[in-house]
Amino acid sequence: MEDRIYEKYFRQHRLPHIWCPGCGNGIVMKAIVEAVEKQKLNRDNTVIVSGIGCSSRASGYMDFDTLHTAHGRAIPFATGIKLANPKLNVIVITGDGDCTAIGGNHFIHGARRNVDLTVVLFNNSIYGMTGGQASPMTPVHKKATTAPYGSVDRPFDACHLAEAAGAAYVARSTAFHVQHLTDMIAGGIARDGFSFIEAVVQCPTAYGRKNKMADPAQMMMWMRDNAVMKAAWDKLPTDKRDEKFPIGVFYQHEFTEYGKAYNEVIEMAQGGKK
Amino acid sequence: MTDMKLMQGNEACAAGAIAAGVRFFGGYPITPSTEIAETMAKDLPAVGGHFIQMEDEIGGMGVVLGAALAGQKVLTATSGPGFSLKQELIGYAACAEIPVVIVDVQRVGPSTGQPTSPSQGDVMQARWGTHGDHPMIVLSPWSVRETFDATVMAVNYAERFRTPVILLMDEIVGHLRENVQLPEQEKIDVYTRRQPTKTREQGYQPYKPEADLVPNPAAFGTGYRIHVTGLVHDYTGFPSGSPAVTEEFIDRLHKKIAIAQDEITHYDEFFMEDAEYAVVSYGGVARTAYEAVQQARRQGIKVGMVRLMTIWPFADKVIEKIAGKVKSILVPELNYGQLVNEIKRAANGQCEVKLLAKYNTEIFTPEEILSEIEKLQGGSK
Amino acid sequence: MKQLRLSGSGGQGVITAAIIFAEAAMNEGKQVVQSQSYGPEARGGASKAEIVISDEKIYHPKIVSPDIVLSLTQKAADKYYKGLDQNNGLLVVDEDLVPNIPDFPNVVKVPVTRIAAEKVGKMLFTNIVALGVLVKLSQLISLESAKKAVEKRVPPHTIEQNMKALQLGYDAV
Repeated sequence: MEDRIYEKYFRQHRLPHIWCPGCGNGIVMKAIVEAVEKQKLNRDNTVIVSGIGCSSRASGYMDFDTLHTAHGRAIPFATGIKLANPKLNVIVITGDGDCTAIGGNHFIHGARRNVDLTVVLFNNSIYGMTGGQASPMTPVHKKATTAPYGSVDRPFDACHLAEAAGAAYVARSTAFHVQHLTDMIAGGIARDGFSFIEAVVQCPTAYGRKNKMADPAQMMMWMRDNAVMKAAWDKLPTDKRDEKFPIGVFYQHEFTEYGKAYNEVIEMAQGGKK
Repeated sequence: MTDMKLMQGNEACAAGAIAAGVRFFGGYPITPSTEIAETMAKDLPAVGGHFIQMEDEIGGMGVVLGAALAGQKVLTATSGPGFSLKQELIGYAACAEIPVVIVDVQRVGPSTGQPTSPSQGDVMQARWGTHGDHPMIVLSPWSVRETFDATVMAVNYAERFRTPVILLMDEIVGHLRENVQLPEQEKIDVYTRRQPTKTREQGYQPYKPEADLVPNPAAFGTGYRIHVTGLVHDYTGFPSGSPAVTEEFIDRLHKKIAIAQDEITHYDEFFMEDAEYAVVSYGGVARTAYEAVQQARRQGIKVGMVRLMTIWPFADKVIEKIAGKVKSILVPELNYGQLVNEIKRAANGQCEVKLLAKYNTEIFTPEEILSEIEKLQGGSK
Repeated sequence: MKQLRLSGSGGQGVITAAIIFAEAAMNEGKQVVQSQSYGPEARGGASKAEIVISDEKIYHPKIVSPDIVLSLTQKAADKYYKGLDQNNGLLVVDEDLVPNIPDFPNVVKVPVTRIAAEKVGKMLFTNIVALGVLVKLSQLISLESAKKAVEKRVPPHTIEQNMKALQLGYDAV
């Protein structure tokens, strides 16, 4: 049973989860606890904070201190938790709508501020829980209940956004690349600063069915065939990129973590450092 | 007592917060509350606390709620437009029972309104601003010194009842400077948040209420591994769709405040012993009302005054009592008429209740209120 | 009860001067309230500060009828002198910035801005020169109390110039 060590991280009495058959969220949730295990985080010192939406139900299943906040607000809550008790490891679970639409301002300022948080965005390209409305990460021409003729909104690349806003670590993986995904999250946890990991997940029910990919396996094969490791992506000619997208660590940099910077403010205010 | 100081209402609020044990402030600058944030930015790190300026008002609410869940005493401050934005997470705090104080230094609205001018236009918003059903504790100080005391009280109530508490200031008191002598720290009554009395193994349930109907959710990082949500939840803290759980939950939120109402509802009575008329007033306006009542008394008019410090839960019993005694009640408000309706409800037809409304950015003059008091004498029982 | 109104435009420092005056009066054992109103402009626009001083507790926080009005702009002078009592009220104006003296019996003209610029060295000290003028004319607080209050409220490296400004204002009337 060695290989099921992750089970201890779940609240068995809260399972089974509410996600649809074939949903990719469970894969990412498991990857998060595998990353927690890999980084040997103390469970009693680790807090999972989520927003609202399908992804954000994950917090209820995970046996840590868990906080299911309001729509889009996970990052401010997480910021308060981390600053109030810097000993805590704080992991944020969010979705594409939660993080980049209603929570977009918190997201970019979280990245800019650089509090030591690990933010995992479950990108299913749609508002799943409410039945399939378009999100700011729904690709152009894809259908949603609020984009019945196909979306004309240009989508965000959340990784570009995180990097431009000042995140200390930016990576992407998919529900197909489980081990790689775990490594990407573990790398984010290890980084002292604002880490952002986009996890591409399949939503057969609300997204796939409307876009000729109703079969979850088909959606995962799409990830397998279109996700390209960053090194290969960089060499890929633009005309060959098409529907393909890069995965891997896109950016990492050592910035002063906000809480540590604020410790200097405390020192100054208390008459120490000038 | 400490030395006499010339202090601004907003500064007294920040000082009161720190004296009550607040060690975390998050917010967004907005006139006329900004001095609270500025004072916190300067003074909180000096006591080892944290000040953080957030990207917006909602972020300011979220960050303090996070800090409160990690065990800190927290406060945020805003004004009209920001108060509107904060409502979403004020509701969250009510539902998840997170102790937090929200200061609203009222200015003229609606919308951007008159940013630097006084108003009492948020009295109803303070009570009913967020969606859904939950009670509110709302305190409205009338002096700089009372702003200090009311802030301490607000923090204590937030911690004790695990609820959001609104400190409803106005621009008059927020920006007023006057003589104050603050109490010494050791003389200040500071409530310490209750801790869980059971371990996980003993079957601890974070949202199971004690006898006072207030639960004891553990602070994050203390090994309880609790779940906190804005969904309706049962004693375990996990969401429940049960009608019975929902009904009990909403009921308990109300009752935990209602059973303590007599302790929470503070007011002053002046010259009421032989009063035939009464002025009911609150916040900065009460200062002018008091001046007018004094002048009326000098003219021989038998008028008294009730000054409400606690706006919500509303002082029903007090108003009902005085309405049975006097011929008329005058309610001067710096709005189009808000609390007057509550006073009418509580007076229950026992006497005339008359509104004196002003909403032109200027505060009342004592003469304006005095002249209305004089007119009351024509009123009939 | 004494009521003072200091008026001008944003950036002239009338609010700071009022705070210092109020603090000095408090230190002499008086009850004080100090309030202000201002527009959205950090510089320019109308700015008004009020002080009420009494031996008794003060309830109504604003001026009902001023004893002294200080105006550092024409606009402020035109607007605020009307509230003064014809017999006992006193209007104090900057003689360069208020060229058209309102039709009022008791007016004191002082070149406060010029004194600040030429004798102290910077227009920045206008408000403290004006404060010195008010200390002398109002006879509500001692120069000594005013000095202490100035020292407490201004940046340490400007104390010397501020003391000079206060004295120059005091001696100008």
